[in-house]
Amino acid sequence: MEETPTETNFKSEEYFINMGPQHPATHGVLRLLLTIDGEIIKKVEPDLGYIHRSIEKMCERDSYQQIVHLTDRMDYLSSNINNEAVCLTVENALQMEIPERVKVIRTIIGELTRISSHCLWWGVMGMDVGALTTYFYGFRDRELINDIFEETCGARLTMNYNVPGGLMFDIHSNFVRRVKEFIAHFKTKIPEYDRLLTDNVIFHKRTKGVGILTKEDAISFGASGPVGRASGYSCDVRKHHPYSALEKVTFNEALKTEGDTFARYQVRIQEMWESLSIVEQLIDNIPEGEYRIATKAVIKLPKGEFYQRVETARGELGVYVISTGTKSPYRLKFRSPGFSNLSLLSHIAVGGKIGDLVATMATLDLVIPDIDR
Amino acid sequence: MTKALSITKGIHDWLSSIMSENAANFVEMVLIALVYLGIFAIAGLFLVLIERRVAAWFQLRVGPNRVGFQGLLQTMADALKLLSKELTGTEKADKFLYNLAPYFVIVTSLMALAVIPFTQEFQAFDINIGILFLIAISSIGVIGILLGGWSSNNKFALIGAMRSGVQTISYELSVGLSLLTMILITGTLQLSEIIEVQKNGWLIVQGHIPAIIAFMIFMIAGTAETNRAPFDMAEAESELGAGFHTEYSGMKFAYFFLAEFINMFIIAAIATTVFFGGWLSPFGITESIPLLGVFWFLAKTMFLVFLMMWFRWTFPRLRVDQLLTLEWKYLLPLNLMNIVLMALIVWLNLIIKL
Amino acid sequence: MTNEALQELIGSWFPNPNIEKTSEAIEGSENEEGSEEKALPQEPINPSLLEFTEEGSQFLNILVGPEHLHALMSQLKSNTETSFDYLFCLSGVDWGAELGVVFHLESTTHRHTIVVKVKTLDRENPTLDTVSNIWATAEFHEREVFDFFGITFTNHPNLKRLFLTDEWEGFPLRKDYTDEINMVIK
Repeated sequence: MEETPTETNFKSEEYFINMGPQHPATHGVLRLLLTIDGEIIKKVEPDLGYIHRSIEKMCERDSYQQIVHLTDRMDYLSSNINNEAVCLTVENALQMEIPERVKVIRTIIGELTRISSHCLWWGVMGMDVGALTTYFYGFRDRELINDIFEETCGARLTMNYNVPGGLMFDIHSNFVRRVKEFIAHFKTKIPEYDRLLTDNVIFHKRTKGVGILTKEDAISFGASGPVGRASGYSCDVRKHHPYSALEKVTFNEALKTEGDTFARYQVRIQEMWESLSIVEQLIDNIPEGEYRIATKAVIKLPKGEFYQRVETARGELGVYVISTGTKSPYRLKFRSPGFSNLSLLSHIAVGGKIGDLVATMATLDLVIPDIDR
Repeated sequence: MTKALSITKGIHDWLSSIMSENAANFVEMVLIALVYLGIFAIAGLFLVLIERRVAAWFQLRVGPNRVGFQGLLQTMADALKLLSKELTGTEKADKFLYNLAPYFVIVTSLMALAVIPFTQEFQAFDINIGILFLIAISSIGVIGILLGGWSSNNKFALIGAMRSGVQTISYELSVGLSLLTMILITGTLQLSEIIEVQKNGWLIVQGHIPAIIAFMIFMIAGTAETNRAPFDMAEAESELGAGFHTEYSGMKFAYFFLAEFINMFIIAAIATTVFFGGWLSPFGITESIPLLGVFWFLAKTMFLVFLMMWFRWTFPRLRVDQLLTLEWKYLLPLNLMNIVLMALIVWLNLIIKL
Repeated sequence: MTNEALQELIGSWFPNPNIEKTSEAIEGSENEEGSEEKALPQEPINPSLLEFTEEGSQFLNILVGPEHLHALMSQLKSNTETSFDYLFCLSGVDWGAELGVVFHLESTTHRHTIVVKVKTLDRENPTLDTVSNIWATAEFHEREVFDFFGITFTNHPNLKRLFLTDEWEGFPLRKDYTDEINMVIK
């Protein structure tokens, strides 16, 4: 070991600890191999695969309608948006004309999913920095969205509401009323979130200047979603490649330039406001019409390659389909946001304390099935 | 040496009549110890229940309310469950120290209870260095935590134990110094006399500004001493799993758990005694009924316990370096200045006496 | 930039040495001697070593030989006119005969998109150059491709299995992978 004159008599020893796969802060079965010197992190190496189900291989065997169901199991907190991604891929490949009604409902449902995902994230974020109460506040509001979804599509987590060609069912007759109620309710609750956690001085101390990601690194590491936007990198797929009814609505892309944990936190809080505004713009103007257009029982995509990008709650989800003209894709690749966002953890967590690692990981908002696919 | 209520006088006389003086004293001590042990095993469990109910209240939940009336027996049932559970341990743990650690923690917290005056005569042990004894005892508990963390042969436990060691050593200073500030007014370390002084107004009123500062520092440092959020570095479940008691199970775990709650009670009890007049009633409204002292003492203590719970369920956790910064860079200098201020106030006789 | 302009620009970086070129300025060419044998005889009309196509895809596709991959990729990123600084997808593909990797690139300044494909016929020991020194995200994605397709990336800083255990036999996403016990085949 290299010895500088100031530390001739003091040798510290690095040691290795195993964070996960069973650890409260890794939110699932992520395993991090940490090399630590005292409390300071020297190296982080993620070890994956604890719940890998090889969804991509299964897709090569399944029909496109079946694939939609598998996507629920990836990022289960933005399941509707995942479903939408596959449906859009199929519809674009077949050049189907999707009714306006479907587009609007899809966007509303997608934004509600984003809010519900951010609610859960907010609760867990607070818990990771030690404020246990946030968890229940986040879940209280997420519950209302889940109730709305349950009424309309029958499921609370893995929705399967989108199908190629439209929606599984039409929206429930209470849908519009309950969404409006939720908007009114949630507008009073985000300020409550701020009072409980955002404005807390300990929280500021814990998050400001922690886990800084520069804009260049964000782009190079393929960061997307709130992680990229907190570094000042405009990467909102909804803005740059709008899909469904997103062309019709106006919203601001939440951008911050600090790139630290607090900026990522603020971007997500801001996104809740933006999503609320999107839902508000659309909820009164759901056009009449078909909720689904008929497709063949066996969907066969034309020969070729198709790529669809959507913005899930975690960032950019890409669906890359290579079709040979049969009922199943020849190769289907999901570019999941969590996978790229995880790869930058070892870059930004080094040099921080164990507590910083946990706070940073919380704002990356990792969902392990999304990474492990 | 043992002051007691008249009922214990009666027992003493009765014991003395059937055996020699020394044997009677010995039996009496054992009896009192057993009574304390019993009361505080139950009080600890009751505190756990209160914590859970308070937490539930903060978190929009109901909390345990099924076992017994309003869940009163819930923690009792939990304790029974823990008693019946297997005691596990790690393979290469230092067995002797591993088993010793929980007793260290629980014994020290029970020892501290001995000097706390619940009411005029309800105090097992009124020594003239009461405050000093409390400070000394409360810092022994950390040895148990360090032993437990070290001997568990688990790195997470070791990190937790080391954090706890660092934290307790640092915050002891603030606990000691803030109490010292108050001793400048009382001029005595004996707890019964500290309360006697407060018959002219609680110390927080007598000492006004420096006393309020000292109280705030004491509450912060006291929360840190008990390893509770926002200073729960030693357990920090999102960072270290369960911290120093990761490898403990069954009743050994319960000892750590119970000790935490009794320590919280002790910190609140010290604050009540030193700042809020202990068992004295406000404005002496129930002075004629000495037994109500217990009520006033517990009411004040429970309010402070509630304050600590409030901290716990609202604040995020500090990081370990911020924790030390807070103590060494802010609380300690503030405390030292506060002592000088208090000395000036006592010297210039600016104390508010009712 | 439009796809045509991109095609013209990128194509000019890798001129086909089999075609007589007279006056065109060659910038940034990383042509090596060994590449001549790779130039197939049936493409005399292609002025570039790269194959461009837009057929069956919404993006401009570039097919590049493994030996030019790294040079092309660093050009695509560093050239200010293209500046493809965002690698948003890196997928391994088993085309039956060949194994390869598909890169989806986007420029965050110009907002244009391109797809680069690289194929290798060697199924026993497929080797490609890493692009992880160009885009940091490729480090993880290449490990995934290595894990599931067995493509080795030279100069990769930490090439080991990411999802599967070290003792796993075979590469599951290849088309010829068989596992009677664990796989449901229809």
